[in-house]
Amino acid sequence: MTQDIQELKGIASQVRRDVVRMVHGCQSGHPGGSLGCTDFLVALYFSVMKHNPSFSMEGKGEDLFFLSNGHISPVFYSVLAHSGYFDKAEMSTFRKLDSRLQGHPTTHEGLPGVRIASGSLGQGLSVAIGAALGKKLSGDDRLVFTLHGDGELQEGQIWEAAMFAPHNRVDNLIATVDVNGQQIDGPTKVVLSLGDLRAKFEAFDWQVMEMQGNDMAAVVEGLQKAISLSGQGKPVMILMQTEMGAGVDFMMGSHKWHGVAPNDAQLEQALGQLEETLGDY
Amino acid sequence: MTKYTYTEKKDTRSGFGAGLLEAGKRDPKVVALCADLVGSLKMQDFINAFPERFVQVGIAEANMIGIAAGLTIDGHIPFTGTFANFSTGRVYDQIRQSVAYSDKNVKICASHAGLTLGEDGATHQILEDLGMMKMLPGMTVINPCDYNQTKAATLAIAQHHGPVYLRFGRPVVPIFTPVDQVFEIGKAWMVSEGTDVTIIATGHLVWEAIQACEQLEAMGISAEVINIHTIKPLDEEAILKSVTKTRCVVTAEEHNRLGGLGDSVAQVLARHLPSPQEYVAVNDSFGESGTPEQLMQKYKLNAPAIVEAAQKAIQRKG
Repeated sequence: MTQDIQELKGIASQVRRDVVRMVHGCQSGHPGGSLGCTDFLVALYFSVMKHNPSFSMEGKGEDLFFLSNGHISPVFYSVLAHSGYFDKAEMSTFRKLDSRLQGHPTTHEGLPGVRIASGSLGQGLSVAIGAALGKKLSGDDRLVFTLHGDGELQEGQIWEAAMFAPHNRVDNLIATVDVNGQQIDGPTKVVLSLGDLRAKFEAFDWQVMEMQGNDMAAVVEGLQKAISLSGQGKPVMILMQTEMGAGVDFMMGSHKWHGVAPNDAQLEQALGQLEETLGDY
Repeated sequence: MTKYTYTEKKDTRSGFGAGLLEAGKRDPKVVALCADLVGSLKMQDFINAFPERFVQVGIAEANMIGIAAGLTIDGHIPFTGTFANFSTGRVYDQIRQSVAYSDKNVKICASHAGLTLGEDGATHQILEDLGMMKMLPGMTVINPCDYNQTKAATLAIAQHHGPVYLRFGRPVVPIFTPVDQVFEIGKAWMVSEGTDVTIIATGHLVWEAIQACEQLEAMGISAEVINIHTIKPLDEEAILKSVTKTRCVVTAEEHNRLGGLGDSVAQVLARHLPSPQEYVAVNDSFGESGTPEQLMQKYKLNAPAIVEAAQKAIQRKG
């Protein structure tokens, strides 16, 4: 655990290298959202959450994280590996036959750090609510975190869960939406507008805050603020502004890199922008 | 044949309610969730006894399945309750990803299955649920036949680790299984031994199979009746042992002919012991409004239909 922003930035640079290398290595996967959410996941796992890499499914006395937008699995795997959940060499197996690092995260192959399968969108908020209720029933005062894509909010189940959590005072839950404004078929405002998300979640009676998701100091500060808002009778929603592809200039600014792998030249170009800080896998 | 009588009729869903209350008393990790159908699912006694262990989710079944999956993570044993239609078809993807693929210890408890839901009609009369659930890897699928068996099954699944689909119904039906039975998941129950034809029945069709067996006996035909309450994992040994003796089979279920118990039995026989088989099941159609009795008669899911099917199966033995 560290509060050193420079150190966290260094970890994030390595994680971004891992992301583009993993996606390049199997020529498939989702680099754009992974890069956009790198600072968030690094801050969570290396600065904010209390968690134990000697993984147990129950996670008693630990903060839990659920990745609902499972397609950004590369960033999740890299953060888990560098946290010590499994050997970072295993990242070379991403999306390949007989790997524990499936295209979308799963418990099925027993990968430490993963508590639910995700990929089919919209399910993670409900699961996180269940885990949060479980903690309350068990007298465990740690928190449950989730991450969702903004396009994912087009799934109806999200709004079932959004209605449930405030009604049931699930205030040990901190949900984050990656507001990058992009989805597979184009900008969210073209495909299906999300409207005023702050107003929507406030109308559902969530505690809503906004956060810059690609500024490490802002992410750490934002997550700490979110924690200070927990335990007050309402679930907490962070609307996190990010840029898809953040950290690799040619992947930023459009939905084009949502689910496309870089070729050899593009990989070199990307790695040239990302310092190797912890050693490549 | 073994004679069966009854002194009381009750709905299988009440067996679930009684079982849930008892499971809650035995294990503090048991929790219950419902999607606005507490009365229909007979969950009120559990709620009265353990209000803090009950989650009312409202009319939001997808959310209910997800919350149940999350509750398992620190060791709770969630039982979800709603109609069979909303327990399966409406939430298939949630069950598939968050429960089955994630190997979560969720008990999906489904009432008002099949035609005997009655007057509400086809929108609510799911006849595809057993098929959908049995296709999910790792899913245990159970369809008990009376109040006592449903109560026993509810207690058994609380102690079984892994996802389970438990299917029961709305109408009152005879109670003919023992009150103190031990329910063994995956183990067929030999209802009555016979030599000419095997009748394999599940759910509400088991009592009809017993009636059919009596009618066949009066016609000089010796039928063996087996209750398969666990559709998956299937007791293949019991099926093969019986059909080896009788050399023909009738399957009886309140389900679509496609994908139900009959198809599971057919797979076993095709692989090991090809034999004439007749299906007593809904013939690939939706249901409709009516009383349960009218519907079971119109869709040929009753004792006379089983008798007719048994005679056909015997003729086909050649």
